[in-house]
Amino acid sequence: MLTKRIIPCLDIKDSRVVKGIKFLGLRDAGDPVEVAKVYDREGADELVFLDITASFERRKTLIELVEKIAKNIFMPFTVGGGISGIADIRDLLNAGADKVSINTSAVKCPDLVSDSAAKFGSQCIVVAIDAKKKGQAWEVYINGGRTPADLDALEWAKKVAGLGAGEILLTSMDYDGTKEGYDVALTTTITGAVHIPVIASGGAGKLEHFYDVIAGGGADACLVASLFHYREYSVKEVKEYLRERGIAVRL
Amino acid sequence: MIAIIDYGMGNIHSVRKAIESMGAEALVTNKPADIRKCDKVVLPGVGAFGDAVAELEKQGLIPELKEHIRAKKMFLGICLGMHILFEKSTESPGAKGLGIFTGEVKKFDVKNGIKVPHMGWNALKKSGECPLLKVVPDNSYVYFCHSFYPKPEDKAVVAATTDYGIDFASIVWQDNIYGLQFHPEKSQDVGLAMLKNFISLC
Repeated sequence: MLTKRIIPCLDIKDSRVVKGIKFLGLRDAGDPVEVAKVYDREGADELVFLDITASFERRKTLIELVEKIAKNIFMPFTVGGGISGIADIRDLLNAGADKVSINTSAVKCPDLVSDSAAKFGSQCIVVAIDAKKKGQAWEVYINGGRTPADLDALEWAKKVAGLGAGEILLTSMDYDGTKEGYDVALTTTITGAVHIPVIASGGAGKLEHFYDVIAGGGADACLVASLFHYREYSVKEVKEYLRERGIAVRL
Repeated sequence: MIAIIDYGMGNIHSVRKAIESMGAEALVTNKPADIRKCDKVVLPGVGAFGDAVAELEKQGLIPELKEHIRAKKMFLGICLGMHILFEKSTESPGAKGLGIFTGEVKKFDVKNGIKVPHMGWNALKKSGECPLLKVVPDNSYVYFCHSFYPKPEDKAVVAATTDYGIDFASIVWQDNIYGLQFHPEKSQDVGLAMLKNFISLC
């Protein structure tokens, strides 16, 4: 049986992990490879690296970092942040990334989803959707959540699935950082409408939140950032909890 | 020496690094002369069946791969590299595979209540005693990432199955020919153990 995935997400700036990760006994908590190894040992199912570097040199340093990660970590990982076209995607995949996550560029040019899926396979194209509640529905935001895209999240999710996206990384802007739980209503709406896997993101604070969005929201995977980085829970604790409640996980 | 065939179908470096981490020497190549020198071949690949077959043909690699297999040298196909061993695929009607195994490659059907692609960690149910599965316990989890699966006509070649709406062949094996639907290079210790087993074959 396919297991539900628990995916730590690391923010990367200038090839360093940012957002104060509190790992005890780690020689260099800013080294993405060191941090990835910890999660690897704990049983993380995948990793997501989100590059938030804004500098002109970012592309080159990111490629070098991806090569270094691929050399040291034998688990799947996704790279996202600032990917603008086919050439970026090819470079990242060639450097060793298993998947790339595209967001703003997919909204601006939906053909990028179909072109890259045709060229590299759907399985490596993740479309990230940042969604915020608006009336009875959710609106898509781009540019790191700064700009409303004038798109309905449900319609956009159906569209990218049809264009050949292999997976949707769905972040609730309303719940992100609140620790009040994942947005089960948003997740349910999207998982009920597409036949591709959906990763829920934003809002994890307690163990039951994972259960709620998987059992109630139909999520295939959960993305986690601060809850793991600040060691409130480990990957293993989350998975053991889920297994006790009857959810299939890899332990 | 292990030849890893680089025919322009996706990232082959993860496979190389995983093999090297298990202590073997790997040569990334698309040259027939290199392949002839190696006692083992790994054919990775992601993308579409038809594109992969076309690339192999264009680069003149098909006769070399067939000869390697005919000479009873060890061969490992991963994901799309395993699909190519079959006769055809519904992904690319008209494209002809190597036909080493009889049967075809089919797409998962969302009507079975599943999502496509099949993405994530799923369990292997062993059938028979495949040498790649030595020291790998039954029901071990490995990482899958695919929309198509192989359907061999000869059930005797199925060395492991995996449940995803249906029980599909996740490992096929016959004599010197091995095919894995999942990614051993991404399956942590379990996957590395299988690569180590492959390296040790002779």
